Amino acid sequence: MEAFFNRYRHLSLLVVVVFAQLILLAWQIKTNQEARGVRVWAVTAVTPLARFIEEVRYKTAHFFSDYVVLSGVQQQNLQIKRDLDRLKLENQNLRNEVQMADRVRALASFVKESQFKYLGARIINNAPGTNSKVVYIDRGSTTGVMRGMSVLTPDGIVGKVVSSYPTAAQVMLINDPTFSGAVISQKNRTRGVVKGQGHVKMILDYVQNEEQLEVGELVFTSGEDRIFPKGLAVGKVASVKDGVQFKEVVVVPSGFREGLEEVLVLIEGGHRPLPTATTPVTNQVTLLPEPEGDDAANKFEVAPDRMKTEADKVRERYKQIEQWNGGQMGTSGRIPNYNVLPAAPSTVIPEAKPAVPPVKP
Amino acid sequence: MDFADRYDSSRRSRISRFKPIVLVLAPLLAILFQLYVPRFATFFEMLNLPLLVVVYFSLMRRMPVLGILFGASVGLVQDSLSSQPLGVLGIVQTLVGYFSASMSLRVDGENPAVRLFVGFFFFLFHQFFYWLLVRALLGAVIPVELVDNLVMAVLNCAVGLPLFALFDRLKMK
Repeated sequence: MEAFFNRYRHLSLLVVVVFAQLILLAWQIKTNQEARGVRVWAVTAVTPLARFIEEVRYKTAHFFSDYVVLSGVQQQNLQIKRDLDRLKLENQNLRNEVQMADRVRALASFVKESQFKYLGARIINNAPGTNSKVVYIDRGSTTGVMRGMSVLTPDGIVGKVVSSYPTAAQVMLINDPTFSGAVISQKNRTRGVVKGQGHVKMILDYVQNEEQLEVGELVFTSGEDRIFPKGLAVGKVASVKDGVQFKEVVVVPSGFREGLEEVLVLIEGGHRPLPTATTPVTNQVTLLPEPEGDDAANKFEVAPDRMKTEADKVRERYKQIEQWNGGQMGTSGRIPNYNVLPAAPSTVIPEAKPAVPPVKP
Repeated sequence: MDFADRYDSSRRSRISRFKPIVLVLAPLLAILFQLYVPRFATFFEMLNLPLLVVVYFSLMRRMPVLGILFGASVGLVQDSLSSQPLGVLGIVQTLVGYFSASMSLRVDGENPAVRLFVGFFFFLFHQFFYWLLVRALLGAVIPVELVDNLVMAVLNCAVGLPLFALFDRLKMK
């Protein structure tokens, strides 16, 4: 036995290491727990570095774009250089701040208008793996971010929190291949499951070929997955094609885009009604107010008969027959003969008068 | 001196040695690269530097035991920062470490053509076992995009060549 292990010691070690990891994996899957201590340690170790690198990158990028590029031009005029540099840098910094303020204001106004509670967060880095689309945000369990919370922008959902650590949280983006969420279309109220594909576009699955869905239709969360509250924008239908059993639908996300920096985490929220589909108005028509005073008498009056439906007319005729023949439908006694018509009363329809007198050339 | 002794001494003479700090920092920097850089240039998502680091050090150390432990460590650190359960990338990188170290016993790891081949081969090897484990153990289906994977394998082996040359400079004399 010992000779066997000596001879195959490399292979034995490989089997032991792989088997140990398989047991670790099986334990995590079976108990639905994660080796949280290891993850907390790893994320907590990486987060400060991530923040530092992000800060350095941000400042360096702006320094290079604003200062170094300008310095070539500024050498031509040494006297003006300092003032120009300072003013340009100040101006650029202010502009950056204004841009950031615009973004923050957009988020803030969304938060203010909404009845739910959001937390602003910034994406600090990606998670490893060529296939995964998972990012870290700079808010964690100490600020109230918990696993399962929705992450969104004012334009739509971005992802969901899959893990929360003290200083950061892990967010699975909606384009991750393992992401899925229940959705409903705005116009036809067609339900389905939207799935990530690893790139910008998503697919909408489980829509029967018989169901109605149109290109350009907006898609919202349906709340059935118990993760995203109902009524959050997901995206727009880009293409619809009949498949074997289900339609092949491509959805372009509305909230998610490459290079996303700031997001909102839905801390407290509930379902909301879907916004109603509106048809865009292309040609607006302005109408004058109604004429007042003496002209009010000349208003167009519609004859009472013209407002009646066919059913009303039939019902009225039957009533006249009942009055003329005696008896009443649905009561005991003599049944009136509905085939004998009474003499029809002559109804005079008053001639309609125009509301506005004809315009004379 | 019999054949086994001669073989062992020849193998030992071809083993490259590195300072422990290099063995710690190189994979760490590769993982950090994978964490941050693709955020600003999505093109770099296609690079799998931790894999290239595992392949290089396993190949140059020519010790399957070290390859197994090194691959497992790098993979578990990657797992701990990812959204999947611990062990998925750990197992894949363990296999990569073992097989690349075993391969180094038969081929010359200094040869650029060999390096190109192992970069290409082990990228596909990594993708295949990752796909297999995720499907078999986690029940998740990752779309298989063969052309994309081939392009990424070519890109990774092309990047691996200068990267391996850079690591060669860190060898102990």
